[in-house]
Amino acid sequence: MFESLKITCDEATTICDKNQYGEASIKELIKLNLHFIKCRICAKYTKQNMTLTKLYKGHASSCKERTHCMTGEDKEALRKALQEGSPAFKEVGS
Amino acid sequence: MAAEKHTLDTSKWIDNYADYLFNYSISRVNNSDLAKDLVQETFFAGLKSAKNFKGKASERTWLVSILKRKIIDHYRKINSKKGQAEVRMNFYNDGENEGNWIEERVPQSWDNASEKKIETEELRSQIDICIDNLPEKYAMVFRMKTIQEFETEEICKELDISASNLWVMIHRARTQLRKCMEDNWFNN
Repeated sequence: MFESLKITCDEATTICDKNQYGEASIKELIKLNLHFIKCRICAKYTKQNMTLTKLYKGHASSCKERTHCMTGEDKEALRKALQEGSPAFKEVGS
Repeated sequence: MAAEKHTLDTSKWIDNYADYLFNYSISRVNNSDLAKDLVQETFFAGLKSAKNFKGKASERTWLVSILKRKIIDHYRKINSKKGQAEVRMNFYNDGENEGNWIEERVPQSWDNASEKKIETEELRSQIDICIDNLPEKYAMVFRMKTIQEFETEEICKELDISASNLWVMIHRARTQLRKCMEDNWFNN
């Protein structure tokens, strides 16, 4: 029975990564915790992973506050490209 | 009562939608030049198929659906690029040690983790450098999931990949990033 719950370090860390987003299943978490009993490396990986998740979250919130806009220059270049590249640019819809 | 029929007014596309589409692209590809190209290609494709616009969706929704196709095309291109730098292996992939940590990739202790946790501009730029070092497709998926915080389902739908495929990519990205942060942030 326990044989089916046995996983490799690669699988354990995959579950751990999935769990950083709260998306690991109960069965996966059982396998992961059983794996920790014999593997201290993966336990360490998990601890460090949680630290990293916090750092990434902080980074995410600062990134999401930013809105990216095209510069006026870029828009002009785009307008020109569309006019030159597509005769339909002015005609359609008018 | 018939639903309102939408029409296209291409003369206002740039003023009305360029920024929106640009922002949409850059949150996925994280490259300003590439995002600009995708917006331009979207408008070109929109002009080309304007005659097929049925007016069921709004102009913006219709343009976004074209842009989504362009993003999938881009993803497929980077996914199939021959000889692209593969992410470094962290685990043995065959033999009796299959699935075990490769010795030199085993996580090291981070003695100064607590003092290094503080958020700084320097930290953010180190995270960005490490993400940029990933193969492009891993960086794209990692950013969408972790930085833009999209739902798994949404990413799978947008990039036309399975959930298990996504988690394998997230796993490879994160183990690679962990090593990069270990070498350049925690233990340097």
